[in-house]
Amino acid sequence: MLTRRIIPCFDVDNGRVVKGVSFVELRDAGDPVELARLYEREGADELVFLDITASSDNRSTTYDMVERTADQVFIPFTVGGGIRSVVDMKVMLELGAEKVSINTSAIQQPDLINEGAYRFGSQAVVVAIDARRVPGEQGKWEVYTHGGRNPAGLDAVEWAVEATGRGAGELLVTSMDTDGHLKGYDNAMLRAISEAVQVPVIASGGAGGPEHMVEALTEGKADAVLAASIFHFGTYSIREVKEYLAAAGLPVRPVQRD
Amino acid sequence: MNTGPVVVVDYDAGNLRSVARALTHVGADPVVSADPDDILNAGAVVLPGVGAAADTMFKLGERRLVEPIKEYLAANRPFLGVCMGLHALLLRSEEGGGQDCLGVLDGDARLFPAGAGLKVPHMGWNTVEWLREHPITEGVPNGSYFYFVHSYYPHSDAPGLALGETEYGVVFPSVLASGYVVATQFHPEKSGRDGLRIYRNFVDWARSGESVPLPSATLVS
Repeated sequence: MLTRRIIPCFDVDNGRVVKGVSFVELRDAGDPVELARLYEREGADELVFLDITASSDNRSTTYDMVERTADQVFIPFTVGGGIRSVVDMKVMLELGAEKVSINTSAIQQPDLINEGAYRFGSQAVVVAIDARRVPGEQGKWEVYTHGGRNPAGLDAVEWAVEATGRGAGELLVTSMDTDGHLKGYDNAMLRAISEAVQVPVIASGGAGGPEHMVEALTEGKADAVLAASIFHFGTYSIREVKEYLAAAGLPVRPVQRD
Repeated sequence: MNTGPVVVVDYDAGNLRSVARALTHVGADPVVSADPDDILNAGAVVLPGVGAAADTMFKLGERRLVEPIKEYLAANRPFLGVCMGLHALLLRSEEGGGQDCLGVLDGDARLFPAGAGLKVPHMGWNTVEWLREHPITEGVPNGSYFYFVHSYYPHSDAPGLALGETEYGVVFPSVLASGYVVATQFHPEKSGRDGLRIYRNFVDWARSGESVPLPSATLVS
C-alpha cells in the first residue's frame, strides 16, 4: 500500500543549514549533508532543501551541497529556491536532485512548468504555492510570491489547477497564515487544493506535532507532510511521528532498525 | 564468468548519475557509457530511465543503442532495467498515444486508471510482494518498501515473468525477471538500504557467473 510521506525540510544559506538545528549527535549540525544522512537513517521518506542564498554568485556552494548529498543519501530529495530557468533545473537534476521546486519563477513565467515537465518529466517538477486566507471570504486563498511578501493576484486553487495542467507532478502547499505557529496546517486549503488536482499534495506550514500531520493527511487530504522545526529542534523524531501516524491508522513506511 | 565491468547505459536519462552512484556505493565501479562496444563487452548492463517512453526510445535510437542492447540481451547476459528502463524492455507503452519498445519482455505499459481518489503519478513508497525466489531478492524481506514515481504501470500475461507485485488501484508486476534480465518499476537507487541491496545482489549475481537458462518468455531472437 502506498504510504504517506514524512518530509523534513531544511533552509540552506550559502551551503549551511539555518534556523538553528540542535542535534547532539552531529559533529556539524550546520552541514546539510550530515543532517540529510541522519534523517535518512531516522526514516525520512524524502528531503527538501530550500536554498535561501540571496546572492546568485554563491550558487556553487549549493551545487556542492546537492552533489555531496546525492553521493551519500539514497532517498529522493528536492531542491528549491533560485531556480528560474530550464538550465537551472537541469543543473540541479544532473547534480543528483530527484526533483526541483519552483515558486515565484513559476508565477512569473508559467511556461517554465511546461518546459521543465517536457524536458525532465512531470515527476521532476514540483510547484510550491505559498498562500494566505482572503479575509472575510470563506474558502478563498491568495497566492504570494517572494517568500510570502508579495500578493500575486492569483487564487490558490485556480493556480494549483493551472500548474498541474501545465505539467507540475506535485504541489508543495504552504499556508503563510499557519506557518511558524506550530498549531497545525491550513487543512481547509489543503483539502480544497487536493480535491481539485490529480497530483500528490505536500502539506507545509504549521506542524507542531504528529496530531497536526494526521489532520493534514485526513481532513486536508494531503499525500505527504513537510515539517522543519519540530524535527530540527528534536521535539519529535521521525520514528515517533511515524508511530503516531500508524496508530492513527495511516499507512507509513516503518523506520528500519540497524 | 562475466568479467567485464558493470555498464550503465548513457542516453541522457534523468537518473543516470543516481544509478551510477548507487552502484558505486555497493562497490561495483560502474562505467557510464553510450559506446556499443562497452555494452557488448560488459559483465552486466544497467538501463536507467525516467520521463517519457517516446523520448527514451528516441534517444536510444539516436545514439544507436537499440541493436547493441538487443544483441547483448540475445546472449542472455546480466541486465537490469530501472523504471523507464523496464518499460523500454516491454513490447509497447500506451504513453503518448502508443510507443513501440524493445520487445524483450512480453508485456506492455498502461496508464493508471485515474479517479476514485487515485492520484497519478503513483509517487512515494509502496510495498513489493515477492512471488518467487530470485538471487536479487536475497536479504530483502517480502513486503519491503521501495520508492516509486510513474504514471504507467507494466502489465503482462506471460507466465512466470513477474517476480514482485505491488498494489496501486490495480495489482501490477513491479519487478519482472526472465533469464538474466531483471527490471524494476521502482527506483532502487532512491529506496534506501533495501534498494542498495537490490543493486548489490544484482552485481553479485552477475559476477557469480551462474548459468541461467534462456526462458521462453524472453522474446529476443
